[in-house]
Amino acid sequence: MTEREPTLAGWGNLPVPGHELLSEDLCAITRGAVLSRGLGRSYGDSSLPPPSQREVVGTRLADRILAWDPETGVLRAEAGFSLWEFNRLFLRRGRFISATPGTQFVSLGGMVAADVHGKGHHWYGGFGAHLRALRLRVADGSIIDCGPAHEPELFWATVGGMGLTGHILEVECQTQAIPSPWIHSQSQRIDDIDQFIDVLKSSSHEWPFSVGWIDCLSRGKRMGRGILDRGRWATAEETGGKPLPVTRRLMVPFDFPSWVLGRFTVKAFNTLVYWKHFQRAREGLRHPDAFFYPLDAILHWNRIYGRRGFTQYQCVLPDSAGKGSARRFLELLTSRGGASFLCVIKDAGAQGQGMLSFLRPGISIALDIPVRDNTQQLVDTLNELVIAEGGRIYLAKDAFTRPEHYAAMDPRLPEFQAVRERWDPAHSIRSAQSVRVFGDPP
Amino acid sequence: MKVVFLGATRGMGRALARLLAERGDRLFLLGRDPEELARSAADLHARGPGGALEVIAHASCDLARPEGFSAALDAADLALGGFDTVVVTAGLFATQEQLEADLELTQRLLVVDFANTVVFCEHARGRLLARGGGTLCVFSSVAGDRARKPVVLYGAAKAGLSHYLEGLDHKFRAQGLRTVCVKPGFVKTGMTAGLKPPPFAGEPEAVARRVLSAIDRGKPEVYAPGIWAQVMRVIRWLPRFVMRRIKF
Repeated sequence: MTEREPTLAGWGNLPVPGHELLSEDLCAITRGAVLSRGLGRSYGDSSLPPPSQREVVGTRLADRILAWDPETGVLRAEAGFSLWEFNRLFLRRGRFISATPGTQFVSLGGMVAADVHGKGHHWYGGFGAHLRALRLRVADGSIIDCGPAHEPELFWATVGGMGLTGHILEVECQTQAIPSPWIHSQSQRIDDIDQFIDVLKSSSHEWPFSVGWIDCLSRGKRMGRGILDRGRWATAEETGGKPLPVTRRLMVPFDFPSWVLGRFTVKAFNTLVYWKHFQRAREGLRHPDAFFYPLDAILHWNRIYGRRGFTQYQCVLPDSAGKGSARRFLELLTSRGGASFLCVIKDAGAQGQGMLSFLRPGISIALDIPVRDNTQQLVDTLNELVIAEGGRIYLAKDAFTRPEHYAAMDPRLPEFQAVRERWDPAHSIRSAQSVRVFGDPP
Repeated sequence: MKVVFLGATRGMGRALARLLAERGDRLFLLGRDPEELARSAADLHARGPGGALEVIAHASCDLARPEGFSAALDAADLALGGFDTVVVTAGLFATQEQLEADLELTQRLLVVDFANTVVFCEHARGRLLARGGGTLCVFSSVAGDRARKPVVLYGAAKAGLSHYLEGLDHKFRAQGLRTVCVKPGFVKTGMTAGLKPPPFAGEPEAVARRVLSAIDRGKPEVYAPGIWAQVMRVIRWLPRFVMRRIKF
């Protein structure tokens, strides 16, 4: 019996042959490595080795805090330090990373590489806006410290640069003081997509965090109905000093068969969630885990999509495309029968300074797509619409976008490639995604 | 507790030291590389509840250089104002293949993991007993429980170490020395990275929680993850003709 070759996959469970090289000594193992990867929460092939390689560095054992100043809230840590660990240690001490993404099982290095954003993007920007310094191992083997004032070109290419400019060894960022560890949230039912956009945009000056869940199977005049969730940190008076409990988590123990997430079950689920929100509006204290990271409550939730895996499609539709663009997007999606278990809509603020930072002012829509025979066509069709609307997609979620489509979406790509050219002319640092989307050598 | 910790920079030691720091125990780190020690000290310091009681300092101590043991423990004693607990997680690891191919490495591993670890413990034991006792927690391995093909040499060193620790418990418990012999099974750390994890492989954080509870209760022997106690019970009872055949 021959031993099966090990495989490596992103969160979407689309595996390629490969394995992680792990050590606490990140400095040693990144020498000559093709790519570094954190906790593997990017959905597609961003953290996977190019086809000719098998080994990528795993940073998760390099997880030490190197400096913490409780007065200023400046944190410096090794790249594998996770947001989960940060929240576990510092949330109750009154500190938070406001550019938090929708899962806390991410590493600081990964947060830099994807320039992650979250429910507070319209208020706080992406993670890149909170960075002070990075330490990188670049392709020639040397170690470079960079920041907004020092080697700014390399720094801003690394923010959102999908790990392609160098191996991120250390990250220094600014955290925010919070008045209590609880969220004061308000959620309400929304009737259709136009109302969604109106409420999202009009509330962005009052609420630092907002996110909408859309039932994207509803069509006609109910298209885009869903639930809008907004929040801010509760004041100490509002919480009355109530201690924050530790969240219990469930786990999906194995891959579900793929019929589980068929059209009928998703429809039933969506209807249930919509009507479970019985009152039009609810308001009160929420645990930040439940508010920011609802899916983290179920470990390995990606297994519900079964062996064939799934991809997430996330795009930003810019304000310049007009209010109707989200409706056009949903019309196209529903006409193609893109059954999505989860569809999330967010307000996007100013574009980050990272050369490939994803968001720009507009509306961000994200949806899960189980992989089927027609997934490539579906993504192509959606991409063509996004190009026409002047929007772009999020590389950290992507597994199917064609190079010509990405190039058409992002005019900043040549500038990013020029920085790579300077630091790594052979493109020795690359990923399965950079081979697929940027045309790097396999 | 006032803890001297040899090996807190990596793996299970890192995880255990974090638990101690987070609940406010005072730590003095010993290890080979001063820069690594400083980085780990910063990590532990940030995790601690803070306040004046906390001491996280460090000094050089290399298990390959027993001449430095006494001075290192003196430095720890001074910084902590008399330690009451000594934890040793440091050690060398190499696969059976690597050891068979390199006799120099074999000698180094046997000396570090057995002879020098025992000498370090003797230094620590003397100091603890002189002040009426304390806790000595040392990481051995399930590899020392029964001779097995994949760990003939490493297992021999760990068997010697386990034997010694059991002896300490028999002889000195009445005088207040609480010896804790930790026997980790396969744990996913940097040390075992690259090896194929068997069933029941553990995570360092879970191992650390189990060891901490054993330290608090003064349990003389602890398997971690716990299932390895049952696994080794079976392995110890397997007849020789079976051990000759299986690869485990």
